[in-house]
Parts: sequence; structure tokens; C-alpha cells
Amino acid sequence: MNQEHSKVVISHHHPVAASLKRYLIGFILSLYLTSLAYILAVRHNLTMYWLGGTVLGLALLQFVIQLICFLHLGTETKPRWKLAVFWLMILVVGILIIGSLWIMAGLNYRMSPSQVNQYLRGQDSL
Amino acid sequence: MSAAASSAEQLARALSAQRDKDDKSQLGFWIYLMTDCVLFATLFATYAVLRHNTFGGPSGHSLFRPGYVLIETLLLLTSSFTCGLAILTARLQRRKYVLSMLLLTAILGAAFLIMEVTEFRHLVTEGNSWRRSGFLSAFFTLVGTHGLHILTGLLWLSVLLVKISRQGVNAVNLKRLTLFSLFWHFLDLVWIFIFTFVYLFGVSGL
Amino acid sequence: MQLLANVLIGKLNWHALQHSAVTMGGVAAMAFGLLAIAGALTYYKKWRWLWREWLTSLDPKKIGVMYIVVALVMLLRGISDALLIRTQQVTSVGSAHGVIPSDQFQQVFSAHGTIMIFFAAMGLLFGIINLVLPLQIGARDVAFPFLNSTSFWLYVAGAVLINASLAIGDFSAAGWLAYPPLSETQYSPTVGVDYWIWSLQIAGIGSLLSGINFLTTIFKLRAPGMALMKMPMFVWSVFGSMSLVVFAFPILTVTLTLLALDRTLGMHFFTAGGGANAMMYVNLIWAWGHPEVYILVLPAFGIYSEVVATFSRKRLFGYTSMVWAIWGIVFLSFTVWLHHFFTMGAGADVNAFFGIMTMIISVPTGVKIFNWLFTMYRGRIHFTTPMLWFIGFMVLFTIGGVAGVLLAVPPADFQLHNSLFLVAHFHTMIISGVLFGYFAGLTYWFPKIFGFKLNERLGKYAFWCWLSGFILAFVPLYFLGLMGATRRLDHYDASMGWRPMFIVAGIGVLIICLGVALQVLQLAVSIWQRRENRDTTGDPWNGRTLEWSVPSPAPVYNFAVVPKVTERDQFWADKNKKQKTKNTEPTYESIELPKNTPMGIFIAGFAFLFGFGAVWHIVWLCVVGLLGVITTIVIRSNDEHTEYHLSASEIKKLELAARGDAV
Repeated sequence: MNQEHSKVVISHHHPVAASLKRYLIGFILSLYLTSLAYILAVRHNLTMYWLGGTVLGLALLQFVIQLICFLHLGTETKPRWKLAVFWLMILVVGILIIGSLWIMAGLNYRMSPSQVNQYLRGQDSL
Repeated sequence: MSAAASSAEQLARALSAQRDKDDKSQLGFWIYLMTDCVLFATLFATYAVLRHNTFGGPSGHSLFRPGYVLIETLLLLTSSFTCGLAILTARLQRRKYVLSMLLLTAILGAAFLIMEVTEFRHLVTEGNSWRRSGFLSAFFTLVGTHGLHILTGLLWLSVLLVKISRQGVNAVNLKRLTLFSLFWHFLDLVWIFIFTFVYLFGVSGL
Repeated sequence: MQLLANVLIGKLNWHALQHSAVTMGGVAAMAFGLLAIAGALTYYKKWRWLWREWLTSLDPKKIGVMYIVVALVMLLRGISDALLIRTQQVTSVGSAHGVIPSDQFQQVFSAHGTIMIFFAAMGLLFGIINLVLPLQIGARDVAFPFLNSTSFWLYVAGAVLINASLAIGDFSAAGWLAYPPLSETQYSPTVGVDYWIWSLQIAGIGSLLSGINFLTTIFKLRAPGMALMKMPMFVWSVFGSMSLVVFAFPILTVTLTLLALDRTLGMHFFTAGGGANAMMYVNLIWAWGHPEVYILVLPAFGIYSEVVATFSRKRLFGYTSMVWAIWGIVFLSFTVWLHHFFTMGAGADVNAFFGIMTMIISVPTGVKIFNWLFTMYRGRIHFTTPMLWFIGFMVLFTIGGVAGVLLAVPPADFQLHNSLFLVAHFHTMIISGVLFGYFAGLTYWFPKIFGFKLNERLGKYAFWCWLSGFILAFVPLYFLGLMGATRRLDHYDASMGWRPMFIVAGIGVLIICLGVALQVLQLAVSIWQRRENRDTTGDPWNGRTLEWSVPSPAPVYNFAVVPKVTERDQFWADKNKKQKTKNTEPTYESIELPKNTPMGIFIAGFAFLFGFGAVWHIVWLCVVGLLGVITTIVIRSNDEHTEYHLSASEIKKLELAARGDAV
């Protein structure tokens, strides 16, 4: 394709000013969320109260922000294949991680000698 | 048909064909990124299962240095932002700015990688290598896989830099640059979870 | 001196070439086959033709045929392994110890499973999709033709690597899924498991790339007007299957890598000790493994949908419910994987959940079976070979399926896990579901690709041999399993009373081999008789979907004019309207097609070098392989002239030649 065509093709993408705002907002919010999570984690022990959950929430929030601001998720024209494949991925990842953790927790509990001894001594119920 | 009309028709067709190609490439690459998400999810699941298996050795609580990792995080986040700026300037066809933004992205990315390799070396020389325990195997593999992706990205970026400096921002280079930016942003996304689950949680013994 | 040898050739030494008689027999057969092919190519001076017409082609029809050829060769290798297993289990009773020693037997059944799943079944799957998918959606190619070629050659690289293990070194003795700690260095110190890891890793990447490719093809390259609910059912089944590929294969990639890291870098993911957890391997490998079996069977179901509709002269019953059934299966296949390790001890609540989900997944499959039956009901049925494969499937799959529902009950599974009952169950599903389906598809679409039909009579004989052979080979196994026989037995006491059943099973496999021989004969005879069986219309079966609207063999560009779709079974609708509309001369436009390229071969070649180096710890070879892959990719990306044009007049000429007067 020659230069003329190239220039016209390129200028048909999304307008630039709106995109700049998007990137800036994403960047600044991410900086903020990162620092917040960091401060919470170093000043406190995350095992206390809901701090662990809060930091997790901050991570998820930043994830969504970067998805929308940097990766432009949700801006494609119909049919929204990227979005559909994204949701399927989230579903599979969710099942894989939660499923694996549940399975391994059960296995580790029942298949580790210390836990089984506790059970046998009547100090625990399986 | 007049020459002007047929040329306009040709242009419209070329435009549509190129846009179709771009869309196809972007969708294919996006699907690849989704598979990479599942890849990292598997590594995260493995890390989650093995994270307390220190086999008598040190845990994340004693090994991780959050301040150091914060700097790494900020470097990577900024490089993700400069990459976005590179895309914007590419759409405006400002080749010089594109090159400088990409160069900045590369430098920040390289700095991140150097810090990470230094951290790894430090751990290894102290006797806490990937052979030490299940926890450390999982740690090095998860964070190391991310690092390998960054390295691949830097290699890709250098090829792009050479191409754009030689050929300018034409349609093909813009398409490839866009794919690269998707990749680079994706790596920062994965890092959010490494930063949170490995380092921040690890420091608290979660 | 030793150090130099270590650096140059790693762990490789002359010992790697020392083999038993049986193994040498296998190597000799392989070598003979390769020499025969090379000899024929040299004698007929066809090397250049092979390179130009086939190996470097990016035409998915050519790539599809190559996949199928390699897959069928691997199928033969897998069946040879099966013969060895059956022979061993007939002869290794009481004081006799069979035809091969125990450790070799373990390599044989490990190779059997690995080759059948990863190279025979997956190869046939991707081959058939390559042949049929673009044609059925009215497209000219897949989304990424070069990636397609690379995927194929990566698959070949994996196949070469696993066959190399027969000649150089040994193979894994840890089963087709190589559970640790047995597969760790401590208990499998030889290169066998490494061969297993790297041949699967390389082929697996090819599969993953194909998944991305075919999904994008379905999303983006459908003919104008072909909405999702107007796609042929085979395309829907590929859509479901490739969605599974894309989300399941990364799990395999990671799991293989972790095992490799344990073995090569001394990590502790799954070792016995060091803070590892071998149970996590079982969890992860089956999180991939269960979707994998649905990856294989869904397109087979899709083939059955096409075949049943065509040979019942009726449209498929319950199109919408079929689509829902596919997606139900896709979703559920990610929620059942623990049923492969009920006995590992996760607890009653975990087992109950996965047991229930496993039972539920039989429902959408049941929906499909009923829909096929309703399609046949009141149809005008033609008992062609593909239809016979389907009917054989219906009967056997139902039986195997209910055995599966039995196994889904955890307490029952505690008795039957790893027994021959299980082995009979999954072979029933895979052979009657996947293999019969692929055989039906190959017979059905053969004329479209090659321009002539396969010999019907020999096809039917082959089917009856497969059906009766299968019943004899596997029904005894159900009983043996219930009687307490476990899988992978290389010897048993005469007092068990199992021998007669094993003999029956052995006879069954021999009958299957007769079936295979008939299929080979069928191919030879069909080629011999190709002029009599020529498909002159492009529509030898009175089909319903778009692929039958192009001449046979299909031209490289598939469709001279991009078809317009307004309804399901567009071709069937057009045919039945034909009397009313006049045939106007179509307007041709120039078409862009991808040029041939050897780059895919080079990428896979370098990947093979990397794999071989990884197996034998030859570091420089790994470096060369890795750098080679990267360099080839960069060079290819610099290539600006990857396509060529067929002008409108050239297309017109080709169309006239293909169709004769009926343009």
C-alpha cells in the first residue's frame, strides 16, 4: 500500500484528544491505587481485619482501570468479540483458581500426616 | 468512470481491506493474550498452593523488600503510560515523538528488568535459589515468566524501533505497534497481581 | 575429554542406541518406511514437486491433507503398540512372562496413549478442520495462513521427536500423563520423560496457535450474511472445540514446563520432598485433560450432524438446542476434571460436587443424540459408509456413556478407578465417538478434496471389522474391570481366570487390524479406480452446505465468487430454487492468496533442535534452536511480499476447466 493510502487509513482511527485523557486518567489512578496498596501493606499486617481483602480490591480496581484506559476494553464496535473472549477467560480463570484452591486445600488437609493425626486423636473433624 | 472517482474507489477499498486486516490481527492477538492470562493464572494457582511450603527455609515475609518492588512497579507502570503515548503520537504521524516515547518505554522496561534480575541474583547468592523449596520454585517461576515476557517485549520493541526509524509510521508498522502496545499493557496488568499477591501479601505472611 | 563430550553432546552416548529386539523391529519398520518414501520420491523425481506443491504450501486444504497423512501414520504406530499390549496380556500369565520385559511394557503403554491422543487424534482433528472450515463458512482461507503452516510443522516436529525416542534413548514409562513423583528425575532418571515433555510441549504450542487461528477465522471470515445461527453445525462444534483449546492448552504448557523445571533445574514443584506437592500436578494436568477429550469429540459430533442430515435427506433437528448443547458441554467441561482423581482424597464434599457436575454433563450429549435420532426419523436414509460409522457410534457411545455415568458416582469410582472398566469406558468414548466420527468425516469430505469418492464396499467391510473388532476387544475389558483387573498390568496369576477374556480381546484387536488393512486397501483401490468414481458435479452426496457448491477437487481459492448467505443450509436452498432462477454469468474479481513459504518448516525445525537439546542436555543446541526460531520470525516479519494475485481472467479459466460447461 502506498504512502497516500497509509496516511488516510491511519487518520481514520479514534480521535486523539479523548485517548490522551484516557491514558492520563488511567496512569494517575493506577499510581494512586498502587501507592495506597503499598502503604496499607507496609504499615499494617494484612492478615488483620479486612486489610487483605481491601488490598485485593485495590488490585482488582486497578486491573479494571487499566483494562479500560490502556487496553480500551469495551470500545470495539459490534460484534464485541474481544469482550466476549475476555469474559470467557475470566470465567475459566475463576473456575481454575477457585477450584484448584478448594481441591488442594481438601487434599492437603486429608493427605498430610499432621492433620490426619489430629483427626485421629479426636481433636479435629474432617 | 473518471480517473478521480476510480481512484477514490480504490482508496476506499484499500482502506476497508487494511482495516479488516488490522481488525483480524488485533482480534487474533487479543485471543493470544487471553491464553497468556490462563497461563499466568495457572502459575498463580501453583504459587498459591506452594507459597507456604518453605521446607524450613525463609518465607516471603523475610525475603521480600516492598520498597524495592514499589520502585519496579512504578517503572513498569510509567513505561505502560509512555507506550500509550507512543501510540497516540503514531496516530498523529509524529515519527520523532513516536521514537522517543518508544525509547523511553524501552529504557523504563529495561530498568525494571535489571532491578528484577538483581533481586534474583541477590536471592540466589544468599542460598535462596529455586532449588531451596517449593515456595521459591513457584516464586522464581511465576515472577521469572513475567520477566521473560518483558524481555521478549523489549526484543520486539527494539525490532520495531529499527523499523520505524527506517520506514516511518506506515500502516503495517502502526498495526504492529498497536499489537505491541496491547502486549506491553497486558504485562503491566499481570504485574499488578504479582505485586499484590506475591509481594504485598507475602510480606504479611498471607 | 569427558567435559568436552558433555558440552558437545550432553547426555548422549552410544548406550542410547542399544535396544531390545522388539524396539529394533520398530526402528527398522520406521527406517524402512522412510527409505521407501525417499526412494519413491527420488525415482519419480518428485522432490521438487513435494516441496513446492505440498510442504511449503499455505493452502489449508493441502495443510489439512498433510496433517491427516501424518496422523494416520501415528495411528498405525499407536495400533502397533496396542497389539503389543494385547499380546503381552495374553502371554504373560503365571510362570510365563510375556513377549517383552516389564519396563519396556510400561514404555509401550505410555507411548500408546500419548501417540493416540496427541498425534493421531489431534492431527486428524486439525486436518479435518483445515479441510472443511474455510469451505463451510464461505471463506478462501483461515485467518492467519502462515501461522497455520507453522502450527502444522510444529506438530510434525513433536511427532518426529517422539519417534526419535524409539531409536535414540528410551521413552517415558510413567503412563500417558507422566504423574510425578514417578516422572521426576529421582524415579525416572533416563531421557524418556524428557522426550515426552518436549514432544508434547512443541506440538502443544502448535495446537494453541491453531486454536487462535480457527477462532479468528470463525469470528471474522464468514461469508456476508452468514450470521452465527446460520452456520453449519460442524462450524459451531469447531467454535466450541477451539474455545476449549484456547483456554485449556495454556494449562498444559505450564504443567509440562513445571515438570521440566523440576527435572532440569532441580526445582520442587512436584518432587517427593523439598516442599513440593505432587497432587498439584494431577490437579493441573486434568484441568487440561478433561477439556482435551471434549476438544476431540465436539468436532466429531459436528461431523455426525452433517452426515446425519445429508444422508437422511432432512435438515438437522433442533438446531438451536444443538448449539446450546455445544456451549453447555464447553462450559461444563471445565467443571468436572476432578472425576479423574476422586480417589486422591480431596474429601466427600469436593468429590460430590464434581460427581454431580459429571453426571450433568451427560445431559447435553444426550440432547444431541436425541436430535440426531429425530433427524433420522421420517427421513430417507441412505446407508453410506459415513452413515454406518454414525450408527456404530450411536450404539457404542451410549453404552460407554452410561458406563461413564456409573463412574461419575464417587463410591463406585473408588472400586473402578484405574481398573480395566475405566479403560474400556474411555476407549469406547474415544473410538466410537472421536475415531468413528473422524472416519465418517474423512469419507464424507474425501471427494471434495481429491475429486473422487472412496470405494464404498471396502469402506463398509472396514466398518464392520472395526465395529465387531471393537466389541470383541473392549467388552471383555468391562467385565475384567469389574472382576478386579487393574490397568497397565504386565503380568497376572493364572488363578485369576482372566486369560480367556484377554484372548477374546486379543482377537478383537486383530479384527480391528483387519479393518485397518481394508481401509488401506480401500484407499489404494479408490486411487486405482479414481476415474470411475470421479465427482463431476462437486456435490456427490446431495449435500446441504456451502462446500458442495464448489467443484471437486476444490480450487485453491475455494470460491471464485464470495457466496452470499441468507439462510441455513444455503446451498440446499439454492439447489431447490434452481429451476426458477436463470444462471447468469458470474463477475470475477482478482483474488489475493498467500505465497508458499518454507519459514514454517524452519521455525519447527529449530524448535525440534531445541527440544532434542533439552532432552539430552545439549545446551548449545538449545541456544541454536531458540535463536533460530527468533531469527526466522524476525526475517519473516520483514517480508513485505507474502501474497500473490490471481487475476479475474485467470480465475475464469480455472473455473471453466474445473466445472466444464456447467459454470
